[in-house]
Amino acid sequence: MIYLYLTLLLPLAGTLLLALIGQQRTAGWVNLLFTIATFAASVRLALEVFAQGVLLSPGKLFYVDAFNVYLILLNALVGMTTAIFSGPYMAHELKIGRVDAGRMRLYHAMYQGFLLTMLVALSTNNLGVLWVAVEGATLATVLLVSLYRTPKSIEAGWKYFILCGVGIAQALFGTVLVYFAAERVLPGSDEALLWSVLHQRAGEMDPAVLTLAFVFLLIGYGTKVGLVPLHNWLPDAHSEGPTPMSAILSGLLLNIALYALVRFKMLIDPAIGTNLAGSMMMGFGLLSFTVAGLLLHRQQDVKRLFSYSSIEHMGLMTFAFGLGGPMATFGALLHMIVHSLTKSALFVTVGHVSHVAGSQSIEKIRGLIHTQPVIGWCFLIATVALAGFPPFGIFASEFLLFTATMKSSPWLVIPLLSGLAVAFAGLFRHMQRMVYGDAPEGQVAVKANMWPVILHLLLVLWLGISIPAVLVDWLDQATIMVVGKGVL
Amino acid sequence: MILSGLPLAEQVILTLASLILFTSFLLLAQSRLFGLINTFAWQGVLLFLATIMMAATYDRHHLYISAALTLGLKVFFIPWQLRRMVVRLDIFRQVETVVGGSLLVMIGAGVLVLFSYYVVLPIRELALLSIRNTIAVSLAVILIGMLMIITRRKAVAQVIGFMSMENGLFFSAIVSTSGMPMVVELGVAFDVLVAAILFGIFFFQIRAGIGSLDVDHLNRLREGDQ
Repeated sequence: MIYLYLTLLLPLAGTLLLALIGQQRTAGWVNLLFTIATFAASVRLALEVFAQGVLLSPGKLFYVDAFNVYLILLNALVGMTTAIFSGPYMAHELKIGRVDAGRMRLYHAMYQGFLLTMLVALSTNNLGVLWVAVEGATLATVLLVSLYRTPKSIEAGWKYFILCGVGIAQALFGTVLVYFAAERVLPGSDEALLWSVLHQRAGEMDPAVLTLAFVFLLIGYGTKVGLVPLHNWLPDAHSEGPTPMSAILSGLLLNIALYALVRFKMLIDPAIGTNLAGSMMMGFGLLSFTVAGLLLHRQQDVKRLFSYSSIEHMGLMTFAFGLGGPMATFGALLHMIVHSLTKSALFVTVGHVSHVAGSQSIEKIRGLIHTQPVIGWCFLIATVALAGFPPFGIFASEFLLFTATMKSSPWLVIPLLSGLAVAFAGLFRHMQRMVYGDAPEGQVAVKANMWPVILHLLLVLWLGISIPAVLVDWLDQATIMVVGKGVL
Repeated sequence: MILSGLPLAEQVILTLASLILFTSFLLLAQSRLFGLINTFAWQGVLLFLATIMMAATYDRHHLYISAALTLGLKVFFIPWQLRRMVVRLDIFRQVETVVGGSLLVMIGAGVLVLFSYYVVLPIRELALLSIRNTIAVSLAVILIGMLMIITRRKAVAQVIGFMSMENGLFFSAIVSTSGMPMVVELGVAFDVLVAAILFGIFFFQIRAGIGSLDVDHLNRLREGDQ
């Protein structure tokens, strides 16, 4: 139990401390130390959950089970590796004058604040607090999106704030409706928003109210997942902010919104007894997957390119959770990890790439592999992994998902496979020139620490070849919780 | 539903609900910023009264805390902060035209109210009849807030639309379930407070970066042709 509190208190302490000293030269290191400590605490937490199965805090405010424990671990890991990258990257931005000392303080404090809100969202048992934390994550990042104070970044920040705020408000209305339905089942109780309580009695709640609630929840959290047509804010927010933020936004925050949606789906499915929620998720998921794949072709900014790729992958996961069935769900849960790891690795690489080329414009990035082979290779391999090639983890999860689709609704494999081909072409038509083209005169190598990227890619490779038994066990338990039946 | 058949407290709540909806329409029609901010504060007052009514009728003590938060945040702090911003940014003389014409917007808002009633139709038997009405009204307030964000071009007006949406959410929570659990109420109030402060910061950023608080100037991020 103590490690759960530590996992949450360390980023809180980090936020407060860095709000005071975040402008110091050492702040990058302090930030890194806090993320390392948080990661260590989350590992101990994971061990505890592995030994006990489920962890419910006294007072029932926090609840950790197989479904969220691996996401907590993933969050802490990516938070740590991105912090390794963030220190030198932000020092460079400070040196070239894109930010000043005051904004460095804001950046570091909010980095920790962002991790805190995400960890609270994952570990809370209260569906209302879940909403508060997801909205808190938006508030923590909105000033980071506009950190560079260019007209474009301010526009991106404003769009992010208003569109996500409007979207997430729908999710709160949905939560109120769930509470309304739950109060009929548990009258006069303070526990009517606790997931652990509701999950036991989900079948008794009123189906009409819950159906209505799910529509609002899907629109609300779907906006944060970046589902088309509610995705407009996403490419702007993910591309205009500092690159370490892009890595965390794309790699982690999207997962959390999807996690919230799936938690609600688990309550609503037994109550309404049909696959209505699943069908809606499949529709939105497939639409996002297809549209984002097509839009990859039109991108001119390398960070926007990978933002659209995030929409595409989130669409695929939403589709998989909607499809239901053990294999698709297992695949989607696995996809959450491998996509996070790959996408954050890619954004970290893109950060170095933009320092080499001095621009984020795809037109101006040329010949990386000649100028700095390590960056070029990492960029290429990470993109290959992202596109779903074997032997990387994304191949494994997509393979599971396609097999499941083939079994339950074979004709849907056609749009999935063609969407995948379109997305692949969309990524590689740009990659080819960026990696192999002729390097412009005077392009020189920069100091880059590629170890976080290599670590992520090795993990993705490992997950593609053999998934460790602990993780299989958790994913299977989570699958059982979501659809009632495991794959093992 | 026969109104006189209801207990007095519910009649009062229903009256307050209709007044809150009315202030939403006023917000939509108001073209001067100070008028907009004052109307928003009045909506907060009505919300505060509704919360007090619910707290007294159903004997929910924690609703008194929510009522105090509403009074502090939505009647005093946010309108005060917005007014200060408007004065400091020197935009209080500006009159705004509504995108699409005010008649069309009003008809749109009317349609949204009908739509809200249509949406809550399936909720029946479970609850008192008045709850269906109040949920419909709160949904209408949320949707009209969204409509306001879409049809207004001034950043300050969009913020008021946003905050009035939040009023609708709060109203739905107090009338349908006599308030969310305390920890959630506090969390939501904290989020609203932070959002209000961030909006203030954004006004200055937009003004400094773009030279106007007209969001029409926020048009640099487009697909493909950057």
